[in-house]
Parts: sequence; structure tokens; C-alpha cells
Amino acid sequence: MPNPSEVKQTNKSNRLKYIMEFISEKLFLICALISVLSLFLIIGFVFFKGSNPFIADGYSFIDFIFGSDWIPSEDKYGIFPMIVASIYATIGALVIGVPIGLLTAIFLSEIAPKPIAKIISPAVQLLAGIPSVLYGVFGLAIIVPFLQNNLGLVKGQSLIAVILVLAIMMLPTIVTVAETAIRAVPKTYREGSLALGASPIGTIFKVVVPAAKSGIMAAIVLGLGRAIGETMAVILVAGNSLIIPTSLTDSVRPLTTNIALEMGYAYGTHQEMLFATGIVLFSFILILNFVLAKISSKGGK
Amino acid sequence: MLKLRKWKSILLLLSLTLILTACNGGEEEGEGQASTGNGSTISISGSTSVGPLAEKLAAKYMENADVNIEINQIGSSAGITNAISGVSEIGMSSRNLESGEEEEVTPTIIAFDGIVVVTHANNKVKDLTMDEVKKIFTGEITNWKDVGGKDMEIVVVSREDGSGSRDAFQEIVDYSSGELVRSSIIASGNGNIKTTVATNEHAIGFISFEYIDDTISTININGVEPTAKNVIEEKYPLSRPFLFVHKDLSEESQAFIDFILSEAGQEIAAEAGAIPIIEE
Repeated sequence: MPNPSEVKQTNKSNRLKYIMEFISEKLFLICALISVLSLFLIIGFVFFKGSNPFIADGYSFIDFIFGSDWIPSEDKYGIFPMIVASIYATIGALVIGVPIGLLTAIFLSEIAPKPIAKIISPAVQLLAGIPSVLYGVFGLAIIVPFLQNNLGLVKGQSLIAVILVLAIMMLPTIVTVAETAIRAVPKTYREGSLALGASPIGTIFKVVVPAAKSGIMAAIVLGLGRAIGETMAVILVAGNSLIIPTSLTDSVRPLTTNIALEMGYAYGTHQEMLFATGIVLFSFILILNFVLAKISSKGGK
Repeated sequence: MLKLRKWKSILLLLSLTLILTACNGGEEEGEGQASTGNGSTISISGSTSVGPLAEKLAAKYMENADVNIEINQIGSSAGITNAISGVSEIGMSSRNLESGEEEEVTPTIIAFDGIVVVTHANNKVKDLTMDEVKKIFTGEITNWKDVGGKDMEIVVVSREDGSGSRDAFQEIVDYSSGELVRSSIIASGNGNIKTTVATNEHAIGFISFEYIDDTISTININGVEPTAKNVIEEKYPLSRPFLFVHKDLSEESQAFIDFILSEAGQEIAAEAGAIPIIEE
């Protein structure tokens, strides 16, 4: 039997509960709005600053995209070499990173005995947590001198150095996402395949991997996004030369490093052109996100 | 019941924190007033070449004066922009002001800097003429054997477009950004150039005097050694002014600049590797 005073207290605590509930809800809403607001602020700012030279000062956007001269002090702004460098570096990183990442994911989810998976899995995840500038320092201290001394390059800062660093950096993204996708494949698929007499490896490549295709594609696109947006690690090993790369040993300047490298000293049109470089980079990421959304919606069906 | 108690304790905690922070804020304010009395913070931002010198000057100055000096090394142009917009009271620049900037702010020369051409420590080339330097950086000379070194390719290392060091270097050596050899490595900051040159036998670059150490080899220009003495005597050609740019100065900032220009301040500048404006 509840006595009156206790009932009163419960009522009071109920009211308090509702107030707290209300406040919490609004707090969540505000938090959610902050990220949306930041997104619009950033997009708005970058586009406002970056489109200014083309709208107000009459620079040609076509010349900006396809021009091969980037000489701000002589009023020449062409980012074609950087677009090419970004694309080459990303593709190169994919060529190395995707097979390694995918095979690691398959190994972890399908083949590895538990004790071994328990060592490798956290190691891969830890790789994702290393600050990108440390990858750059590692690249500068190990990869660049290695290329110089062992491959006889005159300079180790090169496209191949960028590709190697990016390939390592995208591994954790690819491995974790692909592993999750492969683990999500129903056990019955494997059992059915094995029961029909297929070998374990055959099962993996003919049944499990195709079934996890959309998840694996998502992993690759996410890794791609990581590679194309990476700045701090790249700036240290790229060499940042303004040439259209024709070989793996040329030093390159991807879009991201162009912005980071020159922003500190830029002003006026030069600065706005760096923002415009940001717009181009942003478009790349946007396209990637669009592709990713398409892939995941396909996977959902 | 339990929940109620929990909420109560949370409320209590919250109010306690509030009271505590309020007290704290009060204390800070009081302290601030006590220490400032005559002013508070001088904010300085700009060139990464002037930065290390400004840091040393500020550290020494703050030992005796009751001000707080904040220094951000963000590059000459950004520093001048900050001085114009009022974000920083003083901007540091390692290049002369451009026409648009001249009307907005006043420059004060606080010291001179020499730029030195550097190569890998193993490089046997110790002497270049100004013309050879120009030909190397514009890609006319591409092999060390053409300037008396080993038969190996030259790798040019330069600062990024817009950097004060690069502007000064190009102006003095007399080539434009468009003429710079395209395949040159672009490194941001003096330290980065030094590391790049120190780890590559083929490399040639340029840095501020302050950054000279054993990891790299310095080059004499037209037979003149890169020393402070030679800069003051105007024998060494690769030198430039270090500027503080500002609008109207507060009393504290004026005092800081006066200190820099005094004999004691210039002595610190000399110790920091810059070249003092007063001849000893």
C-alpha cells in the first residue's frame, strides 16, 4: 500500500522526468543540427569564395580545369596537372590496396584461426587510428630514402611514394568494411556450396565474395574517398612539382596538397583559386558519395 | 525514489560547478586586472621566417615586462592580412609590402635576414656565381658536373608560390615563378627544405640563415661567404628585411618594438641567427 506522501513524491518525480525528457530531446535536436549547419556553412563558404574569381573577375572555369600552368604570381591558374595527379595516385593506391585489403578481409572472416584473427584484426584497426601526418613522416623517413637508394631515383618524392603511402592508409577502411560484408553472408550459402562438393577456396571466390559484392564495392569506394582526400601524409612525400606526371617516378602535386601548401601565403585571387581547387576536390568526393549511395541501395534490395 | 535522489545529486553537482566556475572567473578577472593594469596581450602573426626570432624576442621581453605576447606563424601574406583586418595587432613579414598593402599598414624593419643556397653535406660544390644559381633554378643547368661537381642530375627544391623567402630569392636572383624548373620539388617551410636537401645528394635549395646547421652544406655566392658580416657590409647579395607591419600601435606594442630596436633586442636578434640593423 503506497502512503500519500510517497504518491506525491512519485508525481513530482514524474513531472521532473517529463521536463528532463523534453530538454534531452531538444538537446539531441540541437546536436543534430550542429552537424548539418556546419556542412552548409562549409559548403557555402567554399563555394562562395571559390566561385568568386569566375563570376566577379571573369576567369574562365574551363581554363582553370584544363590549364596546365599554375603560377599564381603571374596570374595563371590551371589545375589540370593536379587533377591528373590526384586521379593517378588514387588509382595506383587502389591497384595495390584493394587486392591486399580484400584478401586480408577474406582471411580474417573465412580462413584465419581465431587466435590469429584476434591479433590481426586489432592491428588493422589500430592502423586506422594512426594520425595521417605520421604516415607522412614514415613515408618521408623510410619510403622516400628507400626509393632513392634502392631504385636509383634522383628524388624519392614521387608518384610511387604517394601511392605506397595511400595504399597503406586505405587498408583499414577496406579491410573492416569488406570483412563486415563478408561475415554478413548467410552460413547456408557456404554450407550449400561445400555440400555440392566445391573446395573451400572455390566457395569463397565463387559464392561468398559475389554474395558480399555490394558491401565490398562500398569498402572500395570508402577507401577511394580516403585516398583522394588525404593531405598531410601526401604533402610530405609527393614532392609537389607542377608537372603532369608521365611516369611513376615523377613528383606530383595532388589537389589536396595544392590547397594545404599555398593557403598560408595566399591572398586575393590566389586564395580564392585555392578555394576553387577545394570545389573540384569536393565534387570528386560528392561523386564518390553518390556512387556509394547507389551501391548500398542496390545491396539493400 | 532512487531516480529522484539521482537527479537531486546531479542538480547539486551542476550548481556546485556553476558556483565554482563563477568564482574562478571572478578570480581570473581580478588577476587579469592586477597583471595588466597597463595592458594585456599583444597578438602577432605572420612569416615563418620571422617567427622564431619574434618568439625569442618575446620570451626575453616578457621576463621583465607585464604583457603577454602571442605569436602565430602563418606566413607573411596571412600576417599582413591579419594586421590590416585588425585580427593581429602586428603582422610579421619577410617580404616587402605590395602596393595594395602599403597604404594600409606601416612597416618597421626589425632585422635583416640572409638567404643561403644549400646542398647535401656530401656535395663538393661550394661556390656558385649568381648566374649559375639562376641557371640551375630555371633548368638551364641540370647536371652538377656543369658547375664543377659530380656527374649527377640536379634536383631543385623551392618554397611554394607566395612564400616570402621564395619571393625574395627570386627577386634577387632574378627569375620569375614561371621560369622555375617545373620538376622542382616544392616544400613548405624552411625546415622542410632543409630535410629534403639533407636527405638527397642531388638536391639544391635555399633557406634562411637561422636554419643553417651541419646537416647541409652552404654555398658561397660569387665567392662571398654567407655570413652576417658580409650581409651588413652589403657584400653578400642574398639578403632581405624582416618587417613588423602594423596600424596604430598600443603603448605596450610600441614598447615591445622599441625593445626590439634597442641594443639588447638587436643582440638577441643576432643570437637567433638574424642580422641586426645596428652595426656593432
